[in-house]
Amino acid sequence: MATGTERPQLNTGVHDTSRAAITARHLRTDRWWLAPAATAAGLLAFIVYSTWRAFGNAHYYAAPYVSPFYSPCLAQNCETMKGGPNLEIFGGWWGISPALIILVFPLGFRMTCYYYRKAYYRSFWASPPACAVAEPHKKYSGETRFPLILQNIHRYFFYAAVLVAVILTWDTVLAFRNSDYEWGHMGLGTILMVINIALIWAYTISCHSCRHVMGGKLKHFSKHPVRYRLWGWVGKLNHRHMQLAWASLISVALADFYVYLLASGVFDDPRLF
Amino acid sequence: MSASTTPTQSTPDSSPTGAGDVASTVPAQAASAAPATSYEAKFRVWRGDAEGGDLKDFAVEVNEGEVVLDIIHRLQATQASDLAVRWNCKAGKCGSCSAEINGRPRLLCMTRMSTFTREETITVTPLRAFPVVRDLVTNVNFNYQKAREVPAFVPPPGVAAGEYRMQQVDVERSQEFRKCIECFLCQDTCHVVRDHEENKTSFAGPRFLMRVAELDMHPLDAAEETGLDRQTTAQDEHGLGYCNITKCCTEVCPEGIKITDNALIPLKERVADKKYDPLVWLGNKIRRRTTG
Repeated sequence: MATGTERPQLNTGVHDTSRAAITARHLRTDRWWLAPAATAAGLLAFIVYSTWRAFGNAHYYAAPYVSPFYSPCLAQNCETMKGGPNLEIFGGWWGISPALIILVFPLGFRMTCYYYRKAYYRSFWASPPACAVAEPHKKYSGETRFPLILQNIHRYFFYAAVLVAVILTWDTVLAFRNSDYEWGHMGLGTILMVINIALIWAYTISCHSCRHVMGGKLKHFSKHPVRYRLWGWVGKLNHRHMQLAWASLISVALADFYVYLLASGVFDDPRLF
Repeated sequence: MSASTTPTQSTPDSSPTGAGDVASTVPAQAASAAPATSYEAKFRVWRGDAEGGDLKDFAVEVNEGEVVLDIIHRLQATQASDLAVRWNCKAGKCGSCSAEINGRPRLLCMTRMSTFTREETITVTPLRAFPVVRDLVTNVNFNYQKAREVPAFVPPPGVAAGEYRMQQVDVERSQEFRKCIECFLCQDTCHVVRDHEENKTSFAGPRFLMRVAELDMHPLDAAEETGLDRQTTAQDEHGLGYCNITKCCTEVCPEGIKITDNALIPLKERVADKKYDPLVWLGNKIRRRTTG
């Protein structure tokens, strides 16, 4: 005779027959769904915006500013940017937007980043959606198999991201010109580009792979005092990796959007001097 | 650790005397406006065993300054004398009273009642990743099994036990991991085993991957000289690849250990050195050849 306290007829995870017979997937009473929902909304917004801009192939240069989405420009079909990042490695055969070539690297860096992995595993794949909230998947192999085992190449994207950041730094230096390419000038765009590159460097350097390369891999810090100190500095930045990931994501979109507004003639760059 | 199924000694109620003294010195209006220091809380506690069980409702007195474990003890003393709960130090240091409070893995003794509103119903269940024994007590043998699977510290050859010398900078990283009180909340919340019972054979869980990291970072551990590669075994035998670094272990750790950032991710990077980075592999080969 049923007494109402029998074990539910589900036998996986928290409903395994050996565990406490509780039907609910979770018993959390807080708004656990808010963080993954906000993360998904933020990432989706960026994906939509960056896809539109990357495929647009227009309005990415307004002298002296170049959009970070199109720098360096590796194809021949780029606008000529005086003193800027025209590196025509791909030659003339590339017919579509040149942004698609270079964006692979920062995209790969962020896709394999330890913070973003947490963010999208939780918010898009619900694995898990939140702590102590049962995930909907029947099987789980984590990062042991293809394709997720490729997350282990994060360090190579880190190296590529450093190169891209160096080029974006040069773009920021070029922003201290006016539209006639004369040095010693600043506009609102210069400030935005300086903020953007500072955040991009902070995010790049605070990466876990960078922390490992700087000194995390060592067993004896005492034998490598310089690397120990570097490891400590990167570690301090690494505590803010999530905040830097979001701040740099927003700043790179804002910098690009500013260039788009200038290039499409919505307004002129307010000049400071 | 022991499972208490009998009423425990009552915990001292400090509030009535003190509260009365204060109330007598303030005007009557102000005293009536101040919240009472005692109130009746609504609790739902899971009662049952491996055969089945259910959440039972209780109304129980709560006094100022109490923690959830105090309330569970009061339930034992007044309404459910056979309620099983595992506890010991009541100071957040023994790791015995792990349970789930409102669905979140917590220590009963470190969860203050003042963090809840007086109106809300507080649900207390056993850890949901381990087999239940009775009421709030679970069988945590899985963790001891996994602990045994991690090879111990390998002493350096030619150095007597009393002659170990290490620089503070070399050991401070792993000292963070030594704060672990083995409450197994991280093991409980980790979805790899919580949501997939079948992974328990191949995944050690965050607590014991942290132990592997600790030993791999130990300046005197001579495992490699004896042919034990902790980095490769972390991936191949202890299931590091299952971890998708969603940081729940760090979120629930009552000792505030940054398990993910300071143990699991550094260990993943060390494994990448060993198994997935051809440049590091080539560099090590060349270095060995030139030094050898």
